[in-house]
This record gives sequence, C-alpha cells and structure tokens, in this order.
Amino acid sequence: MTEWQRLPGYVSHRDGPEMPTVTVETERIREACEHARDELGFDVCVDLVATDYLGWGGKGVSGYIGTASGRDLMHPMTQGLQTLPELKPKRFSISYHLLALRQGAPRARLRCWVDEGERVPSVISVWPTCDWHEREQYDLMGIVFDGHPNLERLLMPEDWEGHPLRKDYPIGGEPVRFTDEE
Amino acid sequence: MSSTVTPPTSRRWPIVADDQYDGSRIPSRVPTVLDVPAALRDSEDVLQVNFGPNHPSTHGVLRLIVDLHGEEVVGVSAVIGYLHTGFEKSMESKTYWKGVTFPERIDYVGYQNNGLVYVLAVEQLLELEVPTKATWMRMLLCELNRIHSHLVFLGTSALELGAISMFWYCFREREMLLDLSELVTGQRMHTRYFQVGGLAEDIPRGFFPECRKFVDWMPHALDDYKGILDRNEIWLERTQGVGVLSARDAIALGQSGPTLRASGVDWDLRRDQPYLHYDQVDFQVPVYPAGDVYARYRVRLDEMAESTKIVRQCLDKLERMDGMPWIADDRKVVLPPREELHTSMESLIHHFKLVTEGFRVPEGEIYVAVESPRGESGCYLVSDGGPKPWRIHFRAPSFVALEATATCLENTLVADLIAVVGSLDAVMGDTDR
Repeated sequence: MTEWQRLPGYVSHRDGPEMPTVTVETERIREACEHARDELGFDVCVDLVATDYLGWGGKGVSGYIGTASGRDLMHPMTQGLQTLPELKPKRFSISYHLLALRQGAPRARLRCWVDEGERVPSVISVWPTCDWHEREQYDLMGIVFDGHPNLERLLMPEDWEGHPLRKDYPIGGEPVRFTDEE
Repeated sequence: MSSTVTPPTSRRWPIVADDQYDGSRIPSRVPTVLDVPAALRDSEDVLQVNFGPNHPSTHGVLRLIVDLHGEEVVGVSAVIGYLHTGFEKSMESKTYWKGVTFPERIDYVGYQNNGLVYVLAVEQLLELEVPTKATWMRMLLCELNRIHSHLVFLGTSALELGAISMFWYCFREREMLLDLSELVTGQRMHTRYFQVGGLAEDIPRGFFPECRKFVDWMPHALDDYKGILDRNEIWLERTQGVGVLSARDAIALGQSGPTLRASGVDWDLRRDQPYLHYDQVDFQVPVYPAGDVYARYRVRLDEMAESTKIVRQCLDKLERMDGMPWIADDRKVVLPPREELHTSMESLIHHFKLVTEGFRVPEGEIYVAVESPRGESGCYLVSDGGPKPWRIHFRAPSFVALEATATCLENTLVADLIAVVGSLDAVMGDTDR
C-alpha cells in the first residue's frame, strides 16, 4: 500500500517522468487535496489546468518520431503503422500540480475526470491560490467549480459566449462585428 | 532594515521567518478580493476609483477597482484579461517547431526563461539529449535575461515612486544587455534562439569578450543603484513596512520567486530542483524576512549580483567549448545544417518534412518548471503523438503574483498601492496570456 492509496477517493496512480499522476474520484477531490496538504506536506498548488479530450484518438497518428538514437523502426508510431492514443475515461481532465517545499522538491499531480455538465468541488478552502486558476478554467474551458464564491469570467469579456479552449470551439470563431450581414 | 534571520520555527526548513504578522490577512470571502468593511459599506464616505487599465504605473493593462475611504484603501478587486491573446489556443494549431515563437511573447520581459521552459518540456517528452554547450549557453542567456528583467522592474518601480534618475541608470545597463542579445542571437528581444534540441546558431566569436566587459561592469552598476536608493530617505519611507505579506500567506497564495523569498521563504528552483547545469555553479539565494516592498526590492537587487556570478562561471566553461556542437544531432527533430541541403538528398527530405509537417512527439503529458525572474514558470504539455500539441498551458508567475494584491493592500494608503503593485512585478502579457 503506497501513501497515495490512503488519499480519500483514490482510484489509481501512475508514475511519470517528472511526477506521479494520482487519479481520485471527482466528488472527493477537495478531501484529497486537504489530505495531500496536511498529511503528505504538499504546501503549494502551483497550477490547476483542465484539458479537453474531445476527439482524442479520433484519427490514428502515424509518422516517424525522433529518439536520441535516431529513427526507431520498431516503434508503433513509425511511418506506416497507425496507432491510437490511449483512450480517456471522460471528456475533461483536471490536473492539480502540487509542490512540497522541502528537500528534493517533490511534486505530484492530482487528477479527476468530468464530463460536460458535471461539476467539480472547489479547492479554494484548501489553497486560496486556486481562486483565479479555477476562474480561468471556468472561463476558457467551461468547467463549473462547486462552492467557488466568485465564479465569473476572468480573461474573456463578461458577455463572451462559449469557452475558447474547448476542442469544439474553432479558431477564428468569434463573431466579426460591423459586417454587411449585421 | 535588519537582515537578521530568525531560526526556523516550523517543521519545514525553507521558512526562515514567519513572524511578519499574526494570523492570516487573506480576505475570507474571496481570497483575491478585499471587501469594504460592513461598517463603511453604506456610508457616503467610500469612493470607488478605477485604477487602470490605462495607467502608467500598472505596467501594462492591469485594472484595479479600488474603494477609498479618504486616503485609505478599504476595498480592492483586480480585473485582468485586457491583454488576453489566446496563446494556448493558437499554439494548439501550430507545430512544435513553429510554437517556439509564442512562449517568448507571453512573458515579454523574461523572454529567454519562458522560451526555455517550452523547449525543455518538448525535449523531455522526446527524451532528446541536448549538447552540454547549449545547456551552458542557455543558462548564461537566462541569467542575463534575469538581470534584464530585474532592471526593468527596478527602473520602473523607482520611477513610479519619483526616483526618475534610477530609470535612466537601469535602462543604461539594459541597453548593454540588449546589445549583447543582438550580438549573439540577432534580435534584441524575443530571440527564438532556443530551439528544441539546442541553440539556433553557434555562439559568435566576439560574444565572450563583450559579455566579459558586461559582467565586469555590472557590480559597479549595482553599487550605483544602492548608492541612489539604499540611503534615500524617501525611498526607504515609501517601501519599508509597506505591502507586507507573511510567509504562510505567500505559500497559501501560491507565490513564487522573489515575492516568496522576500517573505522569508528560502526557496529557489535553481537550487532546490536543479535544471540545466545549475547544480554545477556556485551561487547564493538571497532571502529577506520582512515581506514588504523593500524586501522585494532587495531580493531582486541581490539576485542581479548572483546572476552576474553565474554568468561569469558560464563564460569560464563556454570559452573552452569552442568547436563543440550547439544542437542535438537528431535529424528527425533538428533541421539539418544549411550547407548539406545542396549536396545531400536525405538532408533535403528531412528539411522539407520538418518545415512542412513538423516532428512528432510521443504520446504523453509533462509539466516542467523553471525559476524565471518572476518565479516558477511552468509549462504543461499534452501530446497525442502528433506534430502539434494537444493541450499546452503555461503556469504564469505574474498571474499568481497578482492574486496577492488584496492581501498586500490591507491597511495601506492609496499612494502605497503604486509601490505594492510595482513590487509584485507582474508582466501583463504573462498574466493574461
């Protein structure tokens, strides 16, 4: 049993090159963050970021990739062979990048998954710094954080429609003012 | 100003002082909004003033909605987003190769450091090895860039508090730095010199002596600054004890970099989570316990001296690396040398493929952080195995620094507001992205 399995709502964890990714149940993310701060010593939430996986793996990725030792012919992504990236459980992932201010600077990524229309508990009460981070992800990605006292748009204008960082939001999709059609 | 350091009272070692004030000053309802006290709310005496977005001392387009009771600041709420340009969205539609231009324009004062964090993230996903000469040169340029950024901070914040000569002095040295940048990269700012795999070009011959001249001169310049400001009664009055942020509040608000170190937290990613070759150079991390505007100024001033030391050590190494490669020799990622295009079919194909289609990055996600002049600058990158990033996100230190405005502005006067906002050293391009 690792220290991660004691997190409230623990689902799974995977080691990464720079930090482990620990998936927890969405409803218990606030408790998990509190546990990470108080029991595991992760003092700082450096970043909170949501990713939209709409259309992820929709088309195969082929082509060659470079490695330190040159072209790897046996790699599944080498030219000609199509691979599909690993499928994701839900549309949006929300990652909390945590940092412990101690020797070795341990980091961890808490992760929860939501679909369109689902809500995430706010973690402002654990880390006040998440105030603007949550507002930014609400603004650009349309994630609703339950319990945020001031969940308004942050970077886009107040009357903006849509959430620009979503994959179904086109580039150049904003309405053009003062055209003939208007 | 006492520079005595109290012994750590907490179980965690980096906090060297947390006695700036008792308890927490973070506003309780919304952490980034200072609400007008209930007793004052209905009185006729509270005046709401818009500070910015077009105000010279907001360093760009920051807007603060300030509630004033006489000269006292009783309420404040920051409005950002006036410089939102959608960098993250734009980068999703550009190949990694073209994306190099974007991060340097996010934090347009600390451009080298922001460019670095992006190429490091891509390189780590590619598991690409970078030649040691490129790594040393990246360090050198990042430290010059740190000096550049702190000079802009120092010059402009002093200017806002009335010390106009400081501005000319700082921009004199900044000009030397921009000339150095032009000499080595061809551009004064936003250089695109860091490429995935190394550097765009070899270091030109004349760079080292010119850079030596600069590092020999810089300590004298720092003495000049200290001479102008450090015994200046007005400067001390305007900065000491103003805009105090305690160590615990700074950590809770996610602060990093000079703001954190000025609040008595001994934390620097260059030393505590070394990247590049920072573990091979000798430098100190300045920490001041007071948490006020003066402490933030002193941290940056001392950091310039330390950066000068690092630059000198980088020069010592680089001068002995003449003729060594400056970019990785991986033809699937790095453009082939120009002269090969005329003689080698393979190189021509590689060049064509890289420029039109870009290189592919293996599926995965990564978060890379570096110590930029403003604090922890991070890049979160998700790749689906294609030639364009699936999602890219930048952790902007200025964005986080501005979250502390409400806490710092508790019990201050309107004139102090300028000093406090300046001391947080937010670059609006970085904040709004």
